[in-house]
Amino acid sequence: MELSLATRTVGEHTVLEVGGEVDVYTAPRLRERLLELIDGGARRVVVDLGRVDFLDSTGLGVLVGALKRLRSADGSFALVCDKEPLLKIFRITALDQVFPLHPTVDAAISADPTGAEA
Amino acid sequence: MATVKLSFSPAPVHVRTARLVGVAVARRAGVREDLLDEVRLAIGEACTRAVALHRQYGLHDPVLVEMSDTGAYTVRVIDRAPIEAGIGLAALPPDELAKESLSEDALTTGVGFALLAGFVEDLQVRPVEEGIGTEVRMVWPVGR
Repeated sequence: MELSLATRTVGEHTVLEVGGEVDVYTAPRLRERLLELIDGGARRVVVDLGRVDFLDSTGLGVLVGALKRLRSADGSFALVCDKEPLLKIFRITALDQVFPLHPTVDAAISADPTGAEA
Repeated sequence: MATVKLSFSPAPVHVRTARLVGVAVARRAGVREDLLDEVRLAIGEACTRAVALHRQYGLHDPVLVEMSDTGAYTVRVIDRAPIEAGIGLAALPPDELAKESLSEDALTTGVGFALLAGFVEDLQVRPVEEGIGTEVRMVWPVGR
C-alpha cells in the first residue's frame, strides 16, 4: 500500500496521520511533510502510526530527524503506535527509549500537557 | 528445490518489489506465517542497504537477490560495493541514537543493522566469493 499522509490540529498539537508503507522509497515524502510542518511553525507534533503496515530503518531515521529538530526548537514530538509488530521494531532498535510512544493520540496529547488543553 | 533470482537496478522504488517477491517465495517455501513480517522487513533492510551502497559509490550494477528453499529458506542479497563499506555500524545504544552529531544516514545504517540482527537468527554478512561486494545471507526454517 502506498504512503498516505493527513494532518489535523488538536489544540496546540499537530497530528500527522501516516498510513501504508514507510520505506526507502516513500520516507523522503514523510521527511518533506514533517519539515513543512516544522518550518510552518508546528512545535508540538504527534505522528500517528496507527495505519502504517510497514516501517523500515529509513522511516525510523526520518522520525528521529524530526524528534531532534523539534527538541532543538523547544518543541515536542511523540509517536502513536499500538501494533505489536511495529512496537517490536522500536524495541529491537532501542528507539523505544528515544521516542515517547503512546497507544492513542489522546494519550500522546495528555502526556504533553503544556498545550492549551492543559 | 526451487531457486528464484531477482536482479534490480539500485533504485529505492524497486526495494518494495524485492520484499514482495521475497515474501511470496517464503510463503511458497513453507516459512511459518508468523515469520513473514520479519522476512519482509529483513529482505527490505538488506536491499535498502545494498541500494544505498551502490548509490554511495555511483555503481549502476544491479543488486542481486537469490532465494532458495533447499532445506531451509535462504535469501542472499548481493551488492557490488567495496568491502570496506560493507560491514557498517554495529547496533547503536539509545543515548547515541538521539545525539545531534549522528547523521540521519549513519543512524539509518545502524538501525538497519540492528533490525537485521534482531529479526534474523541465522544471519551472515561476508565478502562475495568472486569479485567485489558483500553478501547478506539470511536463513529461515521452513515448517513442513
